[in-house]
Amino acid sequence: MKIHVDMNLCQSHGECVLVAPDVFDLGDDDVLVWQEDVPDDRRADMEAAVNACPMLAISIEE
Amino acid sequence: MRLVVVGASLAGLRAAQAARAAGFEGKLTVVGDESHLPYTRPPLSKELLCGVQTPEQCALPHGSLDVQWRLGAAATGLDRAAHQVLLADGERIGYDRLVIATGCRARTWPGPELEGVVTLRDLDDALALRASLTSGARLLIVGAGFIGCEVAASARKRDVEVTVVDIAGQPMLPLGAELGARCARLHEEHGVDLRLGTGVSRLDLPQVELTDGTKLEADVVLMALGAIPNTEWLRDSGLELNPGVVCDATLTTTADPDVLAAGDLVSWPHPLARGELVRVEHWTVAAEHGQLAGRNALLARAERMPHDPPPYFWSDQYDVKIQAVGFPTAAERLEILELSPDGDRLVAVGAQDGQLVGVIAFNAAKRLAWYRRQLAGGPARMDQIRELVTADAGALGPPPVEVAG
Repeated sequence: MKIHVDMNLCQSHGECVLVAPDVFDLGDDDVLVWQEDVPDDRRADMEAAVNACPMLAISIEE
Repeated sequence: MRLVVVGASLAGLRAAQAARAAGFEGKLTVVGDESHLPYTRPPLSKELLCGVQTPEQCALPHGSLDVQWRLGAAATGLDRAAHQVLLADGERIGYDRLVIATGCRARTWPGPELEGVVTLRDLDDALALRASLTSGARLLIVGAGFIGCEVAASARKRDVEVTVVDIAGQPMLPLGAELGARCARLHEEHGVDLRLGTGVSRLDLPQVELTDGTKLEADVVLMALGAIPNTEWLRDSGLELNPGVVCDATLTTTADPDVLAAGDLVSWPHPLARGELVRVEHWTVAAEHGQLAGRNALLARAERMPHDPPPYFWSDQYDVKIQAVGFPTAAERLEILELSPDGDRLVAVGAQDGQLVGVIAFNAAKRLAWYRRQLAGGPARMDQIRELVTADAGALGPPPVEVAG
């Protein structure tokens, strides 16, 4: 699956980093970086990241 | 089994989603007093008010969630003996397990309702306030807490004339005196007329009189006086109220294992507060609570998990992102431990008996995340934190040398 983050919405709260630190991270400039292609067996984690984002910035594309 | 969630905001939605995700296949009903499907509230004082987000963008996605929505239906009572929730229209909804997530409402100005004097809590409040914030309008905000300060910043972006009044000597009390003073400067630099240590003595719009005798004029007055838990409907339920809903660490009400609670109204013992009861009115806690309560509601009491992550909260004001974790207000004092050379980014820490209990960051998201991980691992000793930060090349830099006295 593909992970999309709307960077117009992202405010670097880092909730997704707590949920899946291997997929999401904050750079030294506090800007979010993430891995776009994620194996399907990580779906539960990715859905948790979607739900944890206070800005509703993360979405999963099939 | 029948699961009923009362409250159709963030905590209620997350409870329903978590129950389904955990495999619950029984009847699931979510009751909400507003007519709207669940939406997220943080943009109401910021992005929505500035006009950069629409109400549709505030909707909380819930996909194909299999629930029966009972919206526009206020709960008026709880009959625990009959296992029923009473609604305003007279209907009774039976439950086997219940999650209470009715949140808080804005505290209002004492006395009769006045034209032009408003509060901000829900979407309809925000849309009405936004409509009145036209360029050149005069807005008086009473209360310099999270809502008051965020609305001030949003209104200045819309070229509204803003006065903020607070009886306290600083804005954003939970930040402590030093960061509060920074916050005050920030608002003044952006043209807010900040009047601290004073209250409102008379409102007869457009005439306003302050307790220090100042007379000013306002077209709109926002009362940003904090929030009150919506627990009146539980008054005769026999549940323990303080006025929040008193729960154990697993968010189970102290009086009834079939009734759990989630979100702003929960009063629960937190390990970082030494097991004392806390109540937290912030987004992330409501989301975490909802998720946990939805799962726990399906389990026998002995199998339920506690809520123990350190609370995280934030505020955006102008170009400053304020983020905090833990319980900074419980600290003996707040100390700036990291400060960038330009002074725009900082981390302040607070300890209690040598243990880190709270952290506040200005424009330092990655650093805040680091402290959050330290707090999540159980008690963190302040001297160890200090050593780790001093040795960390990624830290923002040490604060200027403290001047004695």
